[in-house]
Amino acid sequence: MSTTVARDIEAYVRDEKRVDWHDESLWHIRSKRDRSTHGLPEWEQLRQTASQIKEHVISKLPDLLEEFERNATANGVKVHWARDAQEHNEIVVQILQSQQIDKVVKSKSMLTEECKLNHHLEKHAIQVVDTDLGERIVQLRDEEPSHIVLPAIHLKKEEIGELFHEHLGTDKGAADPKYLTEAARQHLRTKFLESTAAITGVNFAIAETGGVTICTNEGNADLGVNLARVQIHCMGIEKIIPRWTDLGIFTRLLGRSATGQSTTIYTSHYHKPRPGTEMHIILVDNGRSEHRKREDFRASLKCIRCGACINTCPVYRRAGGHSYGATIPGPIGSILNPTRKPEDHAELPFASSLCGSCTDVCPVKINIHEQLYLLRQDITETSVVPASKTRSFSFLARILTRPRLYRMAGSTARWATRNLPRWAIYHRSNAWGQYRDLPAAPQDSFREWYMKNRTS
Amino acid sequence: MKVGLFIPCFIDQFYPQVGIACLELLEKHGCTVSYPLDQSCCGQPLANAGYEKKTTQICQDYVRRYQDVDYIVTPSGSCAHHVKHNYPRLVESADAQSAAERTYDIIDFLVDVLAMDHCDTNHPQRVGLHIGCHSLRGLRQAQSSEIVGEEFSRPRYLTSLIPGIEIVSLSRQDECCGFGGTFAVNHGELSARMGHDRLQDHIAAGAEAIISGDMSCLMHLQGLSKRKKIDMNFYHIAELLNGLPA
Repeated sequence: MSTTVARDIEAYVRDEKRVDWHDESLWHIRSKRDRSTHGLPEWEQLRQTASQIKEHVISKLPDLLEEFERNATANGVKVHWARDAQEHNEIVVQILQSQQIDKVVKSKSMLTEECKLNHHLEKHAIQVVDTDLGERIVQLRDEEPSHIVLPAIHLKKEEIGELFHEHLGTDKGAADPKYLTEAARQHLRTKFLESTAAITGVNFAIAETGGVTICTNEGNADLGVNLARVQIHCMGIEKIIPRWTDLGIFTRLLGRSATGQSTTIYTSHYHKPRPGTEMHIILVDNGRSEHRKREDFRASLKCIRCGACINTCPVYRRAGGHSYGATIPGPIGSILNPTRKPEDHAELPFASSLCGSCTDVCPVKINIHEQLYLLRQDITETSVVPASKTRSFSFLARILTRPRLYRMAGSTARWATRNLPRWAIYHRSNAWGQYRDLPAAPQDSFREWYMKNRTS
Repeated sequence: MKVGLFIPCFIDQFYPQVGIACLELLEKHGCTVSYPLDQSCCGQPLANAGYEKKTTQICQDYVRRYQDVDYIVTPSGSCAHHVKHNYPRLVESADAQSAAERTYDIIDFLVDVLAMDHCDTNHPQRVGLHIGCHSLRGLRQAQSSEIVGEEFSRPRYLTSLIPGIEIVSLSRQDECCGFGGTFAVNHGELSARMGHDRLQDHIAAGAEAIISGDMSCLMHLQGLSKRKKIDMNFYHIAELLNGLPA
């Protein structure tokens, strides 16, 4: 198990001012979420219903996917199946190349981030432009999103001003959000106009209708799709919901959970290609079927990618998204990434205080912190853990199952705390003492007091 | 009513006064309290680090130790939660299930079983109430700020029984203090930062003491404030309900 995550978190936390700012920004969103949900008496009922629908979806996934494919195909949509990221990327390239398209606009999709699609398209000399403001910002910076809903939340407006000055020719030192947004809008407008294909993610795919629903605040998915002659919608297979009437439950939950909005500004529904255009939907597995087989963790496939668990997470708010070293950061990412690639992300389930705020905020009631606890067990049992770690915990188990040994260790520790000089107690190997003082050690333990006072 | 007292390891070693307060409180309420002498720890430090399997013996010892009592009461919401939530899965037996069901954090026990409704001591101080995450979202001792529903809080109710006490309003009612067991040492810098933020919230609200049903959170916050020479008192709620020693 590497300790990269721990190192990156520590480095981030050291920048106290940035942590103040980052924590406040995210807490502000969590507070907006609270205000928008606490005014809704049926909130918990919505969560419960959505959770049950999603559980049904996960258990009936193959049937629902086939139903979706049938209905979408009947609508004139071309449905593709991709076993993994590689297949997904190849399908996209194939579609674009068959139409001699070398410029494409993309609206936010965590799935294409997961598949590293941009990189693949660039290798094939296809220009891809992310059209959400936040996504465009991180694309220009050549970095990954630090949040699934707010990809550039790690950046201050001054940093964005500097970036835009360099790439879009805005005035040096300009950091007015309105000015910068307008510059991005003009820049993106030209990209929309010169592209003949549009790629989007999918929030919900409805088995009953064969249509897909995309929720955005900027309208960029609509602009892209409606200007393009080829539209491609990429989705993980867990995005299915059974019926058209289920959709309202999820859209009500999504906006409020994500940003505290009663609904996203645009909720766009695509069912069939416009005359003379093509519509493709790519259904991507990329580890989901394997994940689905794992009973303890399959409930995390219910995730609708609202980001509420990320906003509320006391660790994420102070550690920053990039410290997680994964496409999806935060509590849900600490399940999704190691469940699929334990060798790369074994550290993540441990980077949590298990406070459970994620679980209580989750609109589809995923037991996130309980899964993190279970993943810890899974990882120590199946991955390579440093022998020294296992040895020290075996030693602790020996002490705790031998009450006499435990009492000796306890009284020695108390004696040492009372009598040794500070330098001998607060040395490098005392990880607790690096940041905190030890409690004042009493002469008698509770047991010793009890023996003296309550036994004859 | 026969009550078996479980005093978690760190309370046994570092906060005996909390154990004494619990014992005396239970006795004042007419419980016959026993304290098995061969106890140590609930095993949570190991389980939390991913070594749950190494704690089977610890669980079995716990289950055996308290076979003859009606209730098992402990002054630690976090340990009670670990027993209630994880033991029945770790040791799949009717005895383990029964032990888990009979285990109570002292806060829940005072409210739900003993129906405590008055307190003879007094504590004229402004206090900040910290509800540990496992007590809050694990044992559901209070409504968490995320959930939309009726407000309730057992720790707040008990605290409000204490004559003279004033509970301050925090800006983030139930933010985690950053203790988190092994998290506190594996991610020390971050854990300390979370703790300092929590301390600042209490200080800004004018708290003269921080009180909680979770001594492990308090051990962390107390350690941080001692290191920074912040003047703050820390009490388990049971200590105040029983009355601090003169």
